[in-house]
Amino acid sequence: MDIKRKSVNKMHGIVIGSSTGGFYALKKIITSLPKGFSLPIMIAQHISPNSDNFMAKYFDGLSLVTVKEADEKEPILPGVVYIAPPNYHLLIEEDFTLTLSTEEKRNYARPSVDVLFESAAYAFGPKLIGVVLTGANNDGAKGLLAIKNFGGTTIVQNPKEAEAYVMPQAALETANPDFVLSLDEITKKLIELENLFRGESSNQ
Amino acid sequence: MNLYSDEHNLTVNLEIELLLEAIFQQYGYDFRNYSKAHVKRRLLSRLSTSGLKSISEMQHKVLHEPGFFDQLLRDLSINVTEMFRDPSFYLAIRKEIIPILKTYPFIKVWHAGCSTGEEVYSFAILLKEEGLYNRVQIYATDFNTNVLEIAKKGIYPINRIKEFTANYQQAGGRQSFSDYYMADYNSVIFDQSLKKNIVFAEHNLVTDSVFAEVNIIICRNVLIYFNRDLQDTVFNLFSDSLINGGFLCLGSKETIQFSSKAGLYETVNFQEKLYKKRIV
Repeated sequence: MDIKRKSVNKMHGIVIGSSTGGFYALKKIITSLPKGFSLPIMIAQHISPNSDNFMAKYFDGLSLVTVKEADEKEPILPGVVYIAPPNYHLLIEEDFTLTLSTEEKRNYARPSVDVLFESAAYAFGPKLIGVVLTGANNDGAKGLLAIKNFGGTTIVQNPKEAEAYVMPQAALETANPDFVLSLDEITKKLIELENLFRGESSNQ
Repeated sequence: MNLYSDEHNLTVNLEIELLLEAIFQQYGYDFRNYSKAHVKRRLLSRLSTSGLKSISEMQHKVLHEPGFFDQLLRDLSINVTEMFRDPSFYLAIRKEIIPILKTYPFIKVWHAGCSTGEEVYSFAILLKEEGLYNRVQIYATDFNTNVLEIAKKGIYPINRIKEFTANYQQAGGRQSFSDYYMADYNSVIFDQSLKKNIVFAEHNLVTDSVFAEVNIIICRNVLIYFNRDLQDTVFNLFSDSLINGGFLCLGSKETIQFSSKAGLYETVNFQEKLYKKRIV
């Protein structure tokens, strides 16, 4: 018996997880994205619970794409970068809106990369790109595996190049990613994939 | 079926919908309008440690074992909090709301979704330091009776005191924080006189109605788990419970902006999400 239900039309998206050294790594990637970059990017960067939204504002001022702190229930728009607020987990709903949560820390972190990545894997399925950057714990490894299992594209910063190698190393060992790249190469790859997806959707 | 296919994922979503319907029909707790990503995360996490094979199996167990439902109820309600969580929130209350509350002869406070009580005791301490505690009645409510029991006791693990103390100081605390508790080997017990004017009671924001007319409602990091429709229902309930000129205090990432009730309120402090119900 065939299943009669219709599948949802999924959008393309990028999720990035980072910790120690993440500020500079993220800055390098986000500020190098060209104007009109059309994929949404959701970021979980480990940060002190009482910090303000400085990082989003600072990146926004330096970038050609819009960067903002994620708000609850906010619809995901193409080409916008959303950063998880300090002391909240960021989750992706399957209707492509954002949810925030104050549930327990995971891997000692809130926001946790695993929480973001796992929810994003359900929502975006094979149309998701997951990126694990520099960091000093194991957060993100299981999440990246979930993205891979759902057929998404997985990228890990080369641990040898990362300011803190533990997080990319853990992701590399757990998820066996599609690409292990330097920061410059990651930016190039994201732009290349964005072009590819754009071509796919205009051919439909 | 491939466990990681879109098809399987949609089947899991359907199973979750059916489970939530079963829970509502059998136990009266309504999670059907909660954030789907949040509910899914909590249920799949329980599933992975339960030895059950699917959400459908979990539904069978929930319907036939009230004890298991009790555990699931705990999974679905978030009870992670701290004393003086977001210290800047309490500073803003001291500066912008307390002076107005001082003009009232008697003040009723509703702390909705009070969880294990840390933020209730925080507010009680603040009111005491502002000289208001003796003319206040605090209703602290939650739908989860397990957490209310913890809240009533006012006993917390000693390893959290360092964090609580730092928050208290940043929140404009005027005493030494240790004046408010006694330390044991593993725990601290808060000054029992703080409880004098607090009533802890079971109340479900989703299914219960107005129970008092109050001057101030504090409901923080509860609404983020609700969808927009349910948020609106709760904002209705709050608007019916607040006196004109009363205050609504939300979590730092929550807003009344998108609710149909937004027009009833003026913003007192945007950053700290403090609102005042207009005097019409």
